[in-house]
Amino acid sequence: MLTSFMSYLGSTLTPGSAGNQLWALIYVLIIFAGVSVTVMCMNWLERKALAHFQVRLGPMRVGPHGLLQPIADALKLMLKEDIIPAEADQFVFWVAPLIGLLAAFTVYTVIPFGPSQAVSDMNIGILFMLGVSSLGVLGIVVAGWASNSHYPLIGALRSSAQMVSYEVAMGLAVVSAILMTSMNVSGTGTLSMIGIVQAQQQQGIWFIFKFFPLGLIAFVIFAIAMVAEVNRAPFDLAEAESELTAGFHTEYSGLRWSLFMLAEYAAMIAVSAIAVTLWLGGWMRPFPNLLHAAAWDFIFSLFPGLTFGGLAAIAFIGTARMPTQSFFKIQRIGLAVFAALIGFIALFLLAIAVVAGLSADTSLVARFNQGIGYVYWFVLKVAVFMYLFIWYRATWPRYRFDQLMRVGWKVLLPISLGVLILTAIVGVIVS
Amino acid sequence: MNPAMNSALNSGMAPVATPWFFYALAGLAVASGLAVITRRNAVHSALALIVTLLSVAGLYLMLYAPFVAGVQIIVYAGGIMVLFLFVIMLVNIERSSKDRQFNRMWPVGLAAACALLALFVSVIVKGKAVLNDPITGKALWPDPMRLPESSNTQQVAAMLYGQAGRMGEYTFAFEIASLLLLVAILGAVIMTKKKI
Repeated sequence: MLTSFMSYLGSTLTPGSAGNQLWALIYVLIIFAGVSVTVMCMNWLERKALAHFQVRLGPMRVGPHGLLQPIADALKLMLKEDIIPAEADQFVFWVAPLIGLLAAFTVYTVIPFGPSQAVSDMNIGILFMLGVSSLGVLGIVVAGWASNSHYPLIGALRSSAQMVSYEVAMGLAVVSAILMTSMNVSGTGTLSMIGIVQAQQQQGIWFIFKFFPLGLIAFVIFAIAMVAEVNRAPFDLAEAESELTAGFHTEYSGLRWSLFMLAEYAAMIAVSAIAVTLWLGGWMRPFPNLLHAAAWDFIFSLFPGLTFGGLAAIAFIGTARMPTQSFFKIQRIGLAVFAALIGFIALFLLAIAVVAGLSADTSLVARFNQGIGYVYWFVLKVAVFMYLFIWYRATWPRYRFDQLMRVGWKVLLPISLGVLILTAIVGVIVS
Repeated sequence: MNPAMNSALNSGMAPVATPWFFYALAGLAVASGLAVITRRNAVHSALALIVTLLSVAGLYLMLYAPFVAGVQIIVYAGGIMVLFLFVIMLVNIERSSKDRQFNRMWPVGLAAACALLALFVSVIVKGKAVLNDPITGKALWPDPMRLPESSNTQQVAAMLYGQAGRMGEYTFAFEIASLLLLVAILGAVIMTKKKI
């Protein structure tokens, strides 16, 4: 066991490709824990950001600036009574949230956080991701039906029609990006997630800028369709609270309801990761080909530490600005400890970057530092999308269902078909 | 042990495609397939059908056909089954569950299924020895092609669309099939719309 643990450390392959089951398990656990924690943080961030968009304060009571609110929420949801309606289909009602959760988390096996920072690299990576994430809708549909109640059923019907419609435009946009991978030197395209990023590296351009404006249009179509695909505002008709109380999960409560939330946020991260991988260069830092000197490598490797340092500074400023009454004393201490923790992480990352900058390129520290850089840039790009999801929700009113269908079939689909054909033509001409 | 597993063993990697997985997946497919026809509730049948389709996708993976497995998931389990459920949910379950589940023709259907099974078994048991091309004498059932996982999709594309200016082996058949699908789509639109 120890040998299989150690033997992978110097490897440049994913655990799946190296056939190392121990490290594959470790990666799976890290991703599972990381996504779950991220979902909790997103919960806090969304409530806070939405509140600030509406000139409110948002959660303020549980912990400094409501930082402990997600933990309180999670505790409440776990202790809450788990109600199964008497007329519901017991088994299907029970299994529905699990379908959504399984589909959302299975996708993470192929998400490339770095050239070797993925559980596995499948030759059919993007196909696998689209297929499995489309299974998530089954959870929603089946949940709405099993509740045996009017609003959930309408929510489920809406959601299935919406997902099936937007998947078409989404798939065509993805195909036009995959076409671009075949502009490689080798002349063959790829469906592998890692291969797609490497193709962008090889061609020296993010696919969003390739064949301008074709790549950009395909990206925008995907960015619209992916919001519909994960049922978020302004396309959240499956859970439109003004019309359907809570849509497909009206009858759900407690832990089961929170599983739906977990699945929704996990799916949001997953589709953002697809967009980042296909169009925004995945794990690559800005300008890897233009600014490729060792000095630039060092400067960019400082970014993770500096980001955490900035966060720590914000937390320290927050501590200093806390009210001075004795009532807030514990909160002040808590926030100061939190800031210090983030500060230590920042120092740790900076120290690694400096040590790696001084040592040889192939040393373990340097490789560790590289890995941090890959994951950092990938997560940063995904985080931008996650913030956009909140921003959309605060900004745009919900679509009416016929408008939604019109946009899907009569606007996005023809445009994405046109972009696909034009990409093929331009690709043939250029090569 | 087949040659592909041998080569996988020689290259130092344990093969994932072990018989254990085959029996687990095949058993799951058969069990959920039986559930599809025996459940009274149509939604339960549809869920069982999804399990069947997914385990068949797993079998494709074991046959070194990852692209087909991916398409199986995306088209059947993800697309068609959602539409199935969409329709089934609008059916009155209360009434339909009181309907008779099998009509009077079930013995005929059973006989036909058994005949098909017998045909499959006989082909597996002695097909390789018997089935030869009458003209060339070559076996009609050559050893299955095992393309490495890393280039499988690319090879499928080369067969369908051709490579380096040559037409692929199946380009013509592929185009005919897509034309057929296009006709079916147009037919569906014309039949459902009264006024176009």
